[in-house]
Amino acid sequence: MSFLASHLSFSYGLRDASFELPQKGLITLAGPNGAGKSTLLGILAGLRAPYKGSLKYAGRELRNCPRAEFASNVAYVPQSVRIEFPFTAGEVVLMGRTPRTGGWFESEHDRTAADQAMSITDCLALKERDFRALSGGERQRVVLAAALAQEPKVLLLDEPATHLDLKHQLALYRLLARLGKTMLVVAVTHDLNLALQFSDRVMMMEDGQIAGDGVPAEVLNPTSIEAVFGVRAVFQLTPQGRAWMVYEG
Amino acid sequence: MKGSVAISALIVIVVAVVAPLVGSTHIDLANAFAGVSPDHEIFFYARLPRVLLALLGGAALSITGVLFQCMLRDPLAEPYTLGVSSGASVGAVLAICLGFSATGFASLIGAAVVLAIVVTMSVDGRRMSSFTLLLTGVTMNSIAFAIILFLHSIASFAQSFAISRWLMGGLDAVPYSTLAWLAVIVLPVMAIVTLRAPQWNLLAVGEEWAASRGVSTAALTTFGYIAGSVLTGLVTALTGPIGFVGLIVPHALRLKFGADHRTLMPCSILLGAAFLAVCDTLSRTMLPPTDIPVGVLTAMGGGPFFLWLLRSKRRSLWA
Repeated sequence: MSFLASHLSFSYGLRDASFELPQKGLITLAGPNGAGKSTLLGILAGLRAPYKGSLKYAGRELRNCPRAEFASNVAYVPQSVRIEFPFTAGEVVLMGRTPRTGGWFESEHDRTAADQAMSITDCLALKERDFRALSGGERQRVVLAAALAQEPKVLLLDEPATHLDLKHQLALYRLLARLGKTMLVVAVTHDLNLALQFSDRVMMMEDGQIAGDGVPAEVLNPTSIEAVFGVRAVFQLTPQGRAWMVYEG
Repeated sequence: MKGSVAISALIVIVVAVVAPLVGSTHIDLANAFAGVSPDHEIFFYARLPRVLLALLGGAALSITGVLFQCMLRDPLAEPYTLGVSSGASVGAVLAICLGFSATGFASLIGAAVVLAIVVTMSVDGRRMSSFTLLLTGVTMNSIAFAIILFLHSIASFAQSFAISRWLMGGLDAVPYSTLAWLAVIVLPVMAIVTLRAPQWNLLAVGEEWAASRGVSTAALTTFGYIAGSVLTGLVTALTGPIGFVGLIVPHALRLKFGADHRTLMPCSILLGAAFLAVCDTLSRTMLPPTDIPVGVLTAMGGGPFFLWLLRSKRRSLWA
C-alpha cells in the first residue's frame, strides 16, 4: 500500500478517517461541498498540518517524511493556479522537475520529461505562451503537465476537470485511468458519472467522514446518493451496457 | 540567461567607470591618481564613494523589490512595503529631534526593532504566512508614519528641515570604512538570496505550489523577509528612503527577460546598481550647484517611466 490512515482527523473538514490506499489505481473522492474531500487530499499531499491520528506513506509517518523526498514521490494538482508574473507555460511545467533537479539548471532529461508531460496533456503548443494569458482549461492542462513532469508515484488532483471542456474532461479521465495502471491517482470530483465510468474505487465523503468506500457500482447507488447529496438518482444502461445516472428533482 | 547577465554586467561596469568622471567640476583623471589637489579629493573623496554607495544601494533595493514581489505574489510590493524602512525612518527622525548626530545608527536600530516586531507577529510556531507578513508590515508602516508625523509636528524649524531632507532620500559621500562594512554584509546576502532563485520561482507561483515541490515555505519566507529587511534597513540608514528603484527596475526587467528568478535576480542586482548610479549622477549634475535628492529624481523620473510602461506594455505586465 502507499497510504495508511488510522483515526485521521484535522481541525476542520475531517473526522476519524481510517483507510488504506494501494500503490496503483484511480480513486475518486466524491461528496457534497464541505464534506472534507479537499481537506483530505491536502493532508495526503502534506499541505495540511498538524493532523491528529496516524497517516503513513510507504510505511513512514507523514509528519516525519522529509519534505523534498516526499515531493519527489507525490505530486499535487490544485483546483486552480493564479500566477501574477509572466512565466511561460513551459517554465511552469519545468518547475515540476524541481524535486528531481536538485541544482540550479535543468538537464536535457528534465526538458525532455517536461515536453513529454506537455504532449500527454495536449499543451505542448502552449509552451512559449504567457501562463496568465491562457484560458482556465489550458492552465489546468499545463498544471497537470507540471505534476506529470515530476514523475511521481502518487498523483493527487483537486477537481481537475473543473475548467475543462467536455472533450478534455473525457481525455483527462482516460489519462488518469491509464496512469492508474502504474501509479496511485486520487482525484476529487463532483462528476459522479466520470467517477462511475473511470475510477477503480470511490470514497464518498459526508460531513468530514468517509460515508462509503468501495468499487464505484457499489458506493454510487441511488440510496447512498440520496442520503449524501439529497438528490434522487436514476441509473440507466447505455447500449454498450455501461451504467450511468441521471438526476431527478 | 548568460547573455542577459553578461550584458547587464557590461552596463554596470560602464556606469561604474563613467559616473565618477561626470560632475559639475571638470577633473583630470591623471591628476586625481597623481594626488594633485583638488582633482584627487573630488574624485576619491566626493564622487567615487558616492557612486559606490549608489551601486550597492541600487543593487540592494532592486533585488529586495524582486524578493518581496515574489514572496507576497504582489507586483506592487517594493522594499518599503514591509515596514523596515519606516522603522529606519523613525529611528533617524527621532535622532534628529533629540539632537543626536548618529542618524544612520539610530535608523539601523529603528529598522531592527520593526524587523523583530514583524517577525514575532508573523511567525506562528513553524508557520509563516506571507499574508500575515504583509498585514503586519503594512500596519507597522502606518504606525511608523504616524510617529514620524508626530515628531515632525513638534520639531523645531531646523529639525523639520533636516527631517524633510532625510525623508527625501539622498546619497552623500561616505567613508570607505562605511562602504566596506556595507559591502561585507550586502554582497553575501544578495548572493545567498540569488542562489535560491529556483525556490523563489516556486514561491512566486504560490505557497502550496512551492510546498508540494519540496520547499519549506515558512523557512523560505522568513529568510526572504529577514534578508530583504537587512538589505533595505542598511541602505535606508545610509541614504534615507529612495523610492521606485525596487519597483520599476524589477518590472522593466521582467518585461525584457521574463519572470525566471535565475535571470531576473542577477540582472536586477546589476541593473539596479546601474540605475541608481545614473540617477545619482543626474541628481548632482542637472542643476549645479544644487544637489537634488536622488529619491526625488527616482520618483520624478521613475514615476512617468513606470506609467509609460504600464501604458505600452499593459498586456505583458498584467496579462
